[in-house]
Amino acid sequence: MGQQTPLIEFRDVSKVYGQGEAEVRALDKANFQIATGDFVAIMGPSGSGKSTAMNLIGCLDSPTSGEYIFNGVQVSSLDRDQRALLRRNYLGFVFQGYNLLARTSALDNVELPMIYKGVDRGERRQRALEALAKVGLAGREYHDPSELSGGQQQRVAIARALVGHPDLILADEPTGNLDTRMSREIMELLTALNKDDGITIVMVTHEEDMAEYAHRLIWMVDGKVERDGKPAGGGSRR
Amino acid sequence: MIWETVRLAVQAIFRNTMRSVLTVLGIVIGVAAVIAMVTVGQGSTDQVTADVEKLGTNILMVTPGGPDRSPGAGSIAEPFTLQDVDAIIDQISSVETAAPYGQTATTAIYGAQSAKTSVVGTDNRYLEAVDWPVVMGRAFLSSEVTSGKPVCILGETVRQNLFGNTDPIGETIRLNALSCEVVGLLEAKGASSFGTDQDDVIGLPMKTFQRRVSGNSDVGMIFVSVSDGLSTERAMSQIEALMRERRRISEGEDDDFSIMDMKEIASMLTGITNVLTGLLSAVAAVSLLVGGIGIMNIMLVSVTERTREIGIRLAVGAQTSQVLMQFLVEAIVLSMIGGLVGIVLGLVLAGLASNMMAIPFAPNFVVVAGAFVFSAAVGVIFGYFPARRAAKLDPIEALRHQ
Repeated sequence: MGQQTPLIEFRDVSKVYGQGEAEVRALDKANFQIATGDFVAIMGPSGSGKSTAMNLIGCLDSPTSGEYIFNGVQVSSLDRDQRALLRRNYLGFVFQGYNLLARTSALDNVELPMIYKGVDRGERRQRALEALAKVGLAGREYHDPSELSGGQQQRVAIARALVGHPDLILADEPTGNLDTRMSREIMELLTALNKDDGITIVMVTHEEDMAEYAHRLIWMVDGKVERDGKPAGGGSRR
Repeated sequence: MIWETVRLAVQAIFRNTMRSVLTVLGIVIGVAAVIAMVTVGQGSTDQVTADVEKLGTNILMVTPGGPDRSPGAGSIAEPFTLQDVDAIIDQISSVETAAPYGQTATTAIYGAQSAKTSVVGTDNRYLEAVDWPVVMGRAFLSSEVTSGKPVCILGETVRQNLFGNTDPIGETIRLNALSCEVVGLLEAKGASSFGTDQDDVIGLPMKTFQRRVSGNSDVGMIFVSVSDGLSTERAMSQIEALMRERRRISEGEDDDFSIMDMKEIASMLTGITNVLTGLLSAVAAVSLLVGGIGIMNIMLVSVTERTREIGIRLAVGAQTSQVLMQFLVEAIVLSMIGGLVGIVLGLVLAGLASNMMAIPFAPNFVVVAGAFVFSAAVGVIFGYFPARRAAKLDPIEALRHQ
């Protein structure tokens, strides 16, 4: 760290919900940096602000105070549509509940981000097929989410996240709905994307086992970073 | 990009066919009603115009009573006489012919059959003027007209009612106290523009009518036929001058009779159908509005139902305007489909109705195009509010929905 600009930088970032008596300080002057190419797990008890941090990193929301700099861009000063452009061009999301469009084929789901990017139809199809092949779903392109297992649905979501060649994939409890075997497959897939494609990965989880796949663990309590270091397993299970 | 959006909209519409059908039902009914009303209205207007033209644009009707037709004004006006008819023929050169016309309702009896009908007193010149041929037997002889013989000519409906399909010529029918011999049968004309049966009529010589039916020597109306190619306006002013003189109306006094030409009668009749068409179309337009509100309602429900979908779209980088466009285009495509179906349905209904009412099928393509544009506009107007609501959703809230 230090020799290059970090991909993500939080400087005294606070996020406050509600007002007066009902005020909730979800993030309280949190500070951290994440370097390009890193694989970071964010953990903490519920209410620790890890989801809020995730939403801010994902440019879905903007901080109440403090500065969030993504890839050299001051996100705090961007409006809604400018943040949408950042998400479209540099970010991919993987959610606990998969969040695929129902009654829509795997292929169409993966094509979705490229529609908003204005990629033409032929190229979109081509890239979506490649992304699905990469997550091991070749042959299931025309299945609806309801015809796929949880693990397969999460793979579709990962394909959707990586199809736009993002700098960063944000994974919010990606294995929360999966059994151990499927969870490991998903984690191995994320690890491969991180290692082979150099995609930075930030993952929120509450499972120690899963956090062990990361290189770095940020432990949050009460809206602040309490611990920042190697995960329990020594930093890598590979 | 716009085609992409349209394609997505069509996909979304067909993903929930049942709901889409129910959504556009209001638009379909509204558009179909407007199209059907206007088409049938136009058809009946055309029918009236055609009827009037068939009757002859060179026909004038002279009736007692002032042109203002205020109640009572007509009743004190003196009726015409047969001498007035002769004077018009003799003194006005542009008049081809003129015929007296009187009418009353009565019951005709033949054997055990009886039928309520209308009796018309006139002469052959009337049949010529309105181009109404005798298809069986003969018209009146001039001796029968001048001496007022008890002879009559039947319309097709009266013949059917009294004689069925048998030959009525030479038979004797009774009209109250009058027994008269049937000498001719008129060609069937069918219903008039107002739906009255023109064939439900018995014609008598005018003198016979005056003496034996009405009991006076009045002439209720004079039919005048102006020679082809000559100005009806000039004939009208000449007749007016002649009648003022004969009825001794002094300078500065108003006419106590009126002269109408077929153009006036046609515009009066089409005026009535136009008012009716306008009223019915207004009612139909209200149902279009209701249809639009229906679209808005379903689109709002749809936005709520698809909150999570919207969240996903926002998360992968859709901008506010893109989500707005998606929902707006969906509403527009939906209402345009409704408009198209409505147009087809309306034209089919109008076709069937025109067929049943025996009027021309007269689709108005301006109205069809207008209905289509209007249905698209309904989509824009009533789709905008739900679309804006969708576009303004907070992505985090939307993703957390359900």
